[in-house]
Amino acid sequence: MDSVFGLVVKRIGMGILTLFAISIIFFMGVEALPGDLAEEILGQNALPETVAAFRKELKLDLPPHERYFSWLGDLMKGDLGKSLANGRPVVDLVGWRFANTMFLAISAAVIAVPVAILLGIIAALYRNSLFDRAISIATLSTISFPEFFVAYILIALLSVQLIIFPSISNINDQMSFWQKIYAIVLPCLTLTLVVVAHMMRQTRAAIINILASPFIEMARLKGIHRTRVIVMHAFLNALSPVINVIALNLAYLVVGVVIVEVVFVYPGLGQLMVDSVSKRDIPVVQACGLIFAAVYIGLNLTADVLSIISNPRLRNPR
Amino acid sequence: MSKIKELEQLFTKGKITRRDFITRVSALGFMAAVSPALLSSTAKAATPKKGGRFIIGITGGSTTDSMDPATLTSNMNQNVNWQIRNNLVEIDHNFNAIPELAESWDSTPDAKVWTFKLRKGIEFHNGKTMTAEDVIFSINHHLGEKSKSAAKAYLKSIKAIKADGKHEVIFELSGGSADFPFILGDYHLTICPAGTEGLEWEKGIGTGGYILESWEPGVRSFSKRNPNYWKEGRAHFDEIETLSIVDTNARTNALKTGRINYMDRVELKTVHLMKRMPGVNVSAITGTAHYTIPMRLDQKPYNDNNVRMALKLAVNREQLVKQMLRGYGEPGNDHPIAPVNKYYAKDLEQRKYDPEKAKFYMKKAGMLDHTFNLHAADAAFAGAVDAAVLMKEQAKKAGININVVREPDDGYWSNVWMKKEWCMCYWGGRPTEDMMFSVAYSDGAPWNDTLWKNDRFNKLLISARAELDKDKRRKLYWEMQEICRNDSGTIVPMFNQMVEASSDKLAHGPISGHMALDGMRTPERWWFA
Repeated sequence: MDSVFGLVVKRIGMGILTLFAISIIFFMGVEALPGDLAEEILGQNALPETVAAFRKELKLDLPPHERYFSWLGDLMKGDLGKSLANGRPVVDLVGWRFANTMFLAISAAVIAVPVAILLGIIAALYRNSLFDRAISIATLSTISFPEFFVAYILIALLSVQLIIFPSISNINDQMSFWQKIYAIVLPCLTLTLVVVAHMMRQTRAAIINILASPFIEMARLKGIHRTRVIVMHAFLNALSPVINVIALNLAYLVVGVVIVEVVFVYPGLGQLMVDSVSKRDIPVVQACGLIFAAVYIGLNLTADVLSIISNPRLRNPR
Repeated sequence: MSKIKELEQLFTKGKITRRDFITRVSALGFMAAVSPALLSSTAKAATPKKGGRFIIGITGGSTTDSMDPATLTSNMNQNVNWQIRNNLVEIDHNFNAIPELAESWDSTPDAKVWTFKLRKGIEFHNGKTMTAEDVIFSINHHLGEKSKSAAKAYLKSIKAIKADGKHEVIFELSGGSADFPFILGDYHLTICPAGTEGLEWEKGIGTGGYILESWEPGVRSFSKRNPNYWKEGRAHFDEIETLSIVDTNARTNALKTGRINYMDRVELKTVHLMKRMPGVNVSAITGTAHYTIPMRLDQKPYNDNNVRMALKLAVNREQLVKQMLRGYGEPGNDHPIAPVNKYYAKDLEQRKYDPEKAKFYMKKAGMLDHTFNLHAADAAFAGAVDAAVLMKEQAKKAGININVVREPDDGYWSNVWMKKEWCMCYWGGRPTEDMMFSVAYSDGAPWNDTLWKNDRFNKLLISARAELDKDKRRKLYWEMQEICRNDSGTIVPMFNQMVEASSDKLAHGPISGHMALDGMRTPERWWFA
């Protein structure tokens, strides 16, 4: 297990370096966009003198590197800074939205991951049967449609026609846990439909790949039932690639759902990031960017660690 | 008789009041034709009832919104601002300035010194009593070197603000301004407690009909009725929930399924379907909002009025209204004064699409071979690029070449508008002729986006501004509209209607065209029937 521990330490170190590099890229990216916060907020109502006063108040008149290092210095002290647009602490803006984003992502994952794996196993079990083709076609269709289209179809069916679920998921503090769950059924279902295909196809492919191995043949020759062969022998050995795809999809559920947020009016991080970029509110963009990057790095690391643990050969390298 | 049917419908749907209905039908001379049952059954709805939670789904909200009155940039914070705060002056649905926190006002005969008497005993939500000090603080917030206020440009005429006792505020202006009270009715100029700064703005302490309970920019605001509200017959709901719903389909579905009671910006492509929806009312109100296409007159060939005239004549306004606005608008007449404005020049001839005449003027200018670059992005207004392409086709019939240059939405107002020689633009309009002309057409105005300079026009503007006699003002403003129509560098192709939808459980008085959402005052003026 020492090798796993060493790997984790090394990867966390690399992760921090990556985050640092990402913060520079984000900063330069926003700087490269035309205009700044003062111009974007005042828009058509800008006067040269009000823009200048606005810049001075927010210290936007300082050179970029000074602003970056002052931000970095505050970050080292654990201070994410304040939104330039409305002066609120970034922690207050990001904190509850991140919780919302995680709430939706986890809810979708709790449905999507087991369903995908189960479907993948069944598809491998009855490979090339009508059932296999049917779920392949169904899942590949849902992933091929743009998310908003899937969302609108679900709203039209389940919200407008049948009136079972609400069409907007604007959860707030006044709601109980179950009310929140009820409110997010449709976005959760949309995300599930969008991510199931990847994981299901990967599970199926990995299992089928393993099925060609000699030890599977051995197991069959021993007379073990086909289901048992697939679940106990093939699937456990196919875990490594499956875990990697799951990690990628989980990351997507956290960072890639801004369209679903907009369609369902869900207050998550995505909309905050889009608004902040369009208004050039750099401290908020940085915070969102770092969170998204950290989620990616964290999930990738977890996937690698789990792959090692699930694979005896990697667990005990010779 | 079709007119009467239309009025009947407007009345039964509550779009006009009983009094309006009777006056307008009487004006037609058809009062006898109206069923008496109609008047008795809906009269009840005209008495406001208290209670309920009013949920608004609104566009434009952004997570960067602020409650600082200096930077109220979206529909959402403008609406919330008027839930919780008041101005000195309110602008009513007939574009009159009526008393709000000021109970009366008076000016010197030259309209240079204005004295506002404040209402007594009005408390802010935090219990502090409102005095002249708060008013002066709130106006000064938009003035001075450190101001980042979007309202700064039209407060420039204020030379000094003084208090006379606790309940009188005196404004000294650099020049006479008969419409000064209207300026104080602008949404930025709400009154806040003296000394408010930084994050305190976000608490939204005001004197308004609702008290802000929670406010999350770009997401939601929640406010409760102010039990202590001083204004009579206003603010009828128990609670107001304002939701930022950027996506039009999401707003429509939310209204259809009863999750919200009100939405702005109905999708014009599907409005006919929405009108058929049970339980939903659609309103289309003409206001002061209009599209403009300004040319920079310091650049060739736009300095030649023949070119300007040719381009104005090469626009088919009827077609633009029909295709871009689906009929929800009115053709413009190349000046920014709307039919709802007081001194709108009704008799001024409507400019028509005339390719022959356009060609004639363009030939006179010797510019038939010139290619005119028209800069467009949907940041100017939704559909601006399509409108530009449509104009290009219309101009082709006059032998005029327009090249549509697609610009990025990002930074449109800072990099394209007022920078490129000819571009698409949008104005929300102003409640008075003076404000509109001063802000975008007078010489030296910071947003005079054409750099137009017409001596006669500028002279008339200053004399009309100080003129207190209505008939004389009318004459002056009519002449100015004519000058603007024939000489200015702006094409005003159309005035768009504000098309909004609401639950039929709601009732209201006449709807204002001053701003969207009933002059942004739905929470104060509407109620559940």
